[in-house]
Amino acid sequence: MATPVRGCRIPQRNTGGNCGQAVDEPSGSAAMTTTAALELIGLRTEFRIGGAWYPAVRDLSLRLERNETLALVGESGCGKSVTALSVMGLVQPPFGRVAAGSILLDGMELAGASEKALETIRGDRMAMIFQEPMTSLNPVMTVGDQVAESLMIHRGLSRGEALERARALFEEVKIPSPAARLREYPHQFSGGMRQRVMIAMALACEPAVLLADEPTTALDVTIQAQVLGLLADLRERHGMAVLFITHNLGVVAQIADRVAVMYAGEIVEQGPVDVIFADPRHPYTRALFAAIPRLDQAEQELSAIGGRVPPLDQMPEGCRFAPRCPLAQAGCELPQPLVALAATHAARCHVTTAAVMHA
Amino acid sequence: MLGFVLRRLLAAIPTLLAVLTLVFVIVRVVPGDPALVILGDQATPEATAAVRERLGLDRPLLVQYFDFLGSALQGDFGNSLVTNRPILSEVRAVLPHTVDLTLASMVIGVAIGVPVGIWAALNRNGVIDVMARLLSLIGLSFPVFVSGVFLLLAFGLHWRLFPVIGSADLNDPLDRLHKLVLPAMTLGLLMAAYITRVTRSAMLQSLGEDYMRTARAKGVPRRRVVWVHGLRNAALPIVTVVGLYVGILLGNSVLTEIVFNRPGLGKIIVGALNQRDYPMLQGLLVIYCFLIVIVNLITDLLYGVIDPRVKAA
Repeated sequence: MATPVRGCRIPQRNTGGNCGQAVDEPSGSAAMTTTAALELIGLRTEFRIGGAWYPAVRDLSLRLERNETLALVGESGCGKSVTALSVMGLVQPPFGRVAAGSILLDGMELAGASEKALETIRGDRMAMIFQEPMTSLNPVMTVGDQVAESLMIHRGLSRGEALERARALFEEVKIPSPAARLREYPHQFSGGMRQRVMIAMALACEPAVLLADEPTTALDVTIQAQVLGLLADLRERHGMAVLFITHNLGVVAQIADRVAVMYAGEIVEQGPVDVIFADPRHPYTRALFAAIPRLDQAEQELSAIGGRVPPLDQMPEGCRFAPRCPLAQAGCELPQPLVALAATHAARCHVTTAAVMHA
Repeated sequence: MLGFVLRRLLAAIPTLLAVLTLVFVIVRVVPGDPALVILGDQATPEATAAVRERLGLDRPLLVQYFDFLGSALQGDFGNSLVTNRPILSEVRAVLPHTVDLTLASMVIGVAIGVPVGIWAALNRNGVIDVMARLLSLIGLSFPVFVSGVFLLLAFGLHWRLFPVIGSADLNDPLDRLHKLVLPAMTLGLLMAAYITRVTRSAMLQSLGEDYMRTARAKGVPRRRVVWVHGLRNAALPIVTVVGLYVGILLGNSVLTEIVFNRPGLGKIIVGALNQRDYPMLQGLLVIYCFLIVIVNLITDLLYGVIDPRVKAA
């Protein structure tokens, strides 16, 4: 096997014989024949600690279709943002590197692409929105120029044309009196308005893939709802594929079609939103749901997940959640494949998927 | 923009008034009678009284103060005790040389310091960075009377490219430029050493900011990310240091002026001190403060141009 075949890679090969069942991408055989908007295969992104490289994202595979929102969920430091930055080619030596795997944007390989090639793609065919609207905009450039910049670079527009287009984009993201606000600076905008500017910037060249890294986390709840609604509208209108990174399950329920739950650099469970919410299989996913405070149950104690994500250089063998898992037992120290529970649902836990494995 | 300029100009008025007052007070508080300084120890009381009357020192202090303010505002600081020529015209004669030297060394300092600082920041802890830091440390450690003499020996005596002594003819631009090169290099390299350090640290901070990542995520080419997005944000500390240094250079280039035998503001300040030319010192002090205020005003205006948040504040 010269090239990695989807659903049957090294960890699975080692366990042997379960290639038919253990799939990393449970989106069905029909979808596999078409080209996904974005497909990651066996992505491994490493960072240097001391002199050695440690994986922050390990063997991560996912498929993102056109006009679909996939939520990437997990606690801080689980590798969600690193995954998005890897796709954008913004994880760079000497600090980090994409060590293995494929990043396919509409079938085109981005892993190992030159910086020059990536520059022509970034902001044009894929775009990213960041978490901190307060610091993500350049404080000394007008917001209009910042939106116009990518149009001037990727579309070769003149500044005037690009600003005119930026005005239309401001209108689209519902910034009031867009023509006047183009000439203003980020410090004259509120947090929510800045995030709208970021969205306008990301949408400028009508990208096929939008990576949204916790775009609403820094906003207050009412503004958050507005921005989420706006993103959903825009996705619909432009037919974009959206990878939505969040740690907020409420947001997931609101915006996503499918969910991928990440823990310590791996996807531990993925499936359609309703399935994951109704029947979470991985103990970590269950713990995440249990940690949501409930208003309908009085006097309930908040349930937190004990312990913390192990540091990159002290990852356990086998299941990475085992040290914090209430269901940990013998066998957890072995490599855990992502096991298909249904056509579109998979989890990486031998305990909760055992029945399926042996069936 | 105009409002900003006016506000800053208004803010400069109290500073200048305070300086004028301070100078007036210092000259009166310092022990010793100016008339005796002028006439010497052996002066007769009649001669002393005559000089005091000529200088207006016999009038009440308050009258003297407003008189002093009034003439100072008109640019009249009296005559030098040594040459007996108006102080303002003495200053006017040397000011172009000082301005030449200051501006030229500023240009050299910025032209070398900013690119090297950026280069060093981009190669943090690499060979280029270490070299840049080492060279700027050496540059900072060399007093101008050493580096100036080195430059003189090398380019003036050994290769004979530039004149060794340089009181330039102000009406001949080529001669002016020719005699400016070595002294401007001497001060410019020192300034470049400063600016390299400031640029490097400002740029390092800027490189780590979120908006730099945003710019790269937009597909902005790396060179443009650094020179447009990065440098504009790093520009405030650089402009601050340049402004500060230009202010210092205006009066403190005396060592360079002596090494290269150039006329200049620094040189006449030291001359006035040595010869106890009090009116001259008093005038120079006020003029020097005025120049500093102007430089600071320009720096402030540049802040407003570079960073829109400054104007709002």
